[in-house]
Amino acid sequence: MANLTINGKVYDLDVEPDTPLLWAIRENAGLTGTKYGCGIAQCGACTVHLDGAAVRSCGVTVSEAAGKQITTIEGLGSESGLHKVQQAWLENDVPQCGYCQSGMIMAVAALLKDNPKPSDQDINDAITNICRCGTFAQVREAIHAAANA
Amino acid sequence: MNKHVSPRLNRRSFIIGTAALGGGLALGLDLPFGGPQVVRAADGSPEVNAWVVIRPDDTVVIRIARSEMGQGSLTGLAQLVAEELACDWSKVTTEYPTPGQNVARKRVWGDFSTGGSRGIRSSQDYVRKGGAAARMMLIQAAADQWKVPVAECTAANSVITHKASGRTTTYGKVAEAAAKLTPPADVKLKDPKDWTLIGKGVKRLDTADKVTGAMIYGADIKLPGMLNAAIKDCPVTGGKLKSYDEAKIAGMKGVKKVVAVDGTAVAVVADTWWHAKTALDALPIVWDEGENAKVSSASIAKWLAEGLESGPAFVGNENGDAKAALASAAKKVEATYNYPYQNHATMEPMNATALYTPERCEVWCGTQNGEAAFAAVLEASGLPADKCEVHKLILGGGFGRRGQTDYVRQAVQIAKAMPGTPVKLLWSREEDMTHGRYHPITQCKLTGGFDADNNLTALHMRISGQSILFSLRPDALVNGKDPATFQGLAPSGEATIGYSVPNLLIEHSMRNPHINPGFWRGVNVNQNAIYLECFMDELANAVGQDPLEFRRRLMSKNPKHLAVLDAVAEKIGWGSPAPEGVYRGLAQLHGYGSYVAGAAEISVIDGTKIKIHRIVASTDPGYVVNPAQVERQIAGSFVYGLSALFYGGCTVKDGRIEQTNFDTYNSMRIAEMPKVEAIMIPSGGFWGGVGEPTIGVAAPAVLNAYFAATGKRIRSVPLRDQNITFA
Repeated sequence: MANLTINGKVYDLDVEPDTPLLWAIRENAGLTGTKYGCGIAQCGACTVHLDGAAVRSCGVTVSEAAGKQITTIEGLGSESGLHKVQQAWLENDVPQCGYCQSGMIMAVAALLKDNPKPSDQDINDAITNICRCGTFAQVREAIHAAANA
Repeated sequence: MNKHVSPRLNRRSFIIGTAALGGGLALGLDLPFGGPQVVRAADGSPEVNAWVVIRPDDTVVIRIARSEMGQGSLTGLAQLVAEELACDWSKVTTEYPTPGQNVARKRVWGDFSTGGSRGIRSSQDYVRKGGAAARMMLIQAAADQWKVPVAECTAANSVITHKASGRTTTYGKVAEAAAKLTPPADVKLKDPKDWTLIGKGVKRLDTADKVTGAMIYGADIKLPGMLNAAIKDCPVTGGKLKSYDEAKIAGMKGVKKVVAVDGTAVAVVADTWWHAKTALDALPIVWDEGENAKVSSASIAKWLAEGLESGPAFVGNENGDAKAALASAAKKVEATYNYPYQNHATMEPMNATALYTPERCEVWCGTQNGEAAFAAVLEASGLPADKCEVHKLILGGGFGRRGQTDYVRQAVQIAKAMPGTPVKLLWSREEDMTHGRYHPITQCKLTGGFDADNNLTALHMRISGQSILFSLRPDALVNGKDPATFQGLAPSGEATIGYSVPNLLIEHSMRNPHINPGFWRGVNVNQNAIYLECFMDELANAVGQDPLEFRRRLMSKNPKHLAVLDAVAEKIGWGSPAPEGVYRGLAQLHGYGSYVAGAAEISVIDGTKIKIHRIVASTDPGYVVNPAQVERQIAGSFVYGLSALFYGGCTVKDGRIEQTNFDTYNSMRIAEMPKVEAIMIPSGGFWGGVGEPTIGVAAPAVLNAYFAATGKRIRSVPLRDQNITFA
């Protein structure tokens, strides 16, 4: 059993402490916006925030996440609407297949929190998620748009 | 309003009274546009015809038969229908018809398959007619109500107007009456010059749920009482499952069942996928790997190399007498190239969810070919068509991989072992990487001959290696020959060679290793364009000519090929000096009915680090439906193609694929993404594809630039094997 605080809500989950956080989020908490891509923290599709920092949830265990604030794509926006990164994604028509975009958006939201006006080089250094469709040009545009929003 | 295909809409699926529909019309013979009886969506809204449902609130639901996997054709197809329908684009939403309904209605929606860059070009005519017929019926219904001649009524933006009396009504108000009308026999399409929506870069219809995490992909499906399965297929293709020790995992948490699949694979079914995977990893499995376990990349390469020199070969393109011309050539140039296996590596691993009872079998999955998935369900379940259904979901990437149905068949077989319980089968990334349908492996020997005046008089290309059709579509072989092998090199058709050489011979020695080949974005243009376009550079260099001018002289009979090449040359600034330390390369190709070219500007550090500064890519696809999406497809094709060039390549050891995840089969990141400038020059009169053709010019343009920068010719992919990477 584990208590996880996801998007401000406490979940009491029947899950082993060594389970990757990704699977606790997807299967036990039922929040499927966070995606499985590789399971070895390479692709970033499973990126969530732990106490505000971007982490690849397939590489974090439930016990490591317990007691921390976990934010997933479902909890990124507020009641009043989309997060500015999501809004920029919508306005720049970023996604193609979209499967990597939850993780991409979460990684970018964390970047902008630490670095509100990232340069192209900052983006290159911080955003290392894989997108097989190749949306990178739109991702970059949308990051700058969100930064200026 | 749902401006995207969501599973809510899909599953709400829509036909009531299909059985009552008398004689669905065969596509291509008659317009497939319903009949006198009203067919209704599940919410009661009338189908004006199979493509168009209009709700009383004026929402327009456009049916999309092809699959959306990121390429944007869902939006493009909706634009085609909406253009002719003259509806309010802001009220358009989309819906997938199901494969089962297509069968029940005698394929009223035509072909569901989404590959070969055919989604739009192969359906544009009948979907536009669907929109036009619906518009005519809606106008007729209004004219009937007003008792005025239909010719006096016009429609625009979902509003019908009778100008003489000043009356107006909306589509939603007359849809019910329109649906009762007999479809028009004669449907005229707009002249392309009158298009207002086709050709506009409107935003995609499926974005909203993709930025909130709400979009449900196959991997995300939840059904009441659903269990989860993880699977391991024999690591050596052709091998068998010998035995497994189920007792060893009997007590593991959540485990419900262990199922042997097809005699080659074993699946563990558990409450959660993580439990299933954990137990599967702990399950002792013995494989009978068979003879294929002796095969390695080296043994395949040796076998293919033999095919370059001797043995039978299929001729794909021939004129003059290339061998004789080469024998008497004043100068000869010879080179051998190769191209490796590549995995599709869709971001979403293969998966399907199946619910089986002896009376019915339903599957939920992402598929590029709903009807093929449906056929797989019939076969695996043993049930007839009227007892099966496939619910298509948005794909987390396709690139050709999801045109195959291996994962669907597996899911049904697992579900069959647990009647009444829905089971979601999800492949691990490792399973996905090692059980792909790989880009085929080939080698190519090229010989060019010049006369004493440095005119190219002969070209001989001998390809040796794998045929996709031999494995996947043997029915499409022509007397044993795989015509697709010559994609981009053919004398006629949708993928022709752009050069006129007096003596030409292009042939294929077919050699099929046991690794399963598949259609991988761009398919055979990936290697053929490298072979031909890099070798054209070699030939130009051999006679001291400019690569552009050398090509141009051979292209006078192919003005469309030439036009796209000229376009990239002009935009990249060919002929004027590049910035200090920057070098350029060119390539052109005809594939999927479209003419494309690419130019790259790169710099090279220490011979091993390539910085791509700029890509210019042009396409003439005949017509451009959505330029914003075409631009994205072009850029995306370079990401896919350059990832394969730099990082890709799947190797074989002991009969199995060695790369198991993104740590060994890497993919480009944003830092490596060059600026891609797209040039669209649609010349009209034909419909070419968009998703694939430009991938073919990505690698050769960069490889030719690398030669310009270093004087070193690279003839082998991937670059990581030569310790060359992105700067």
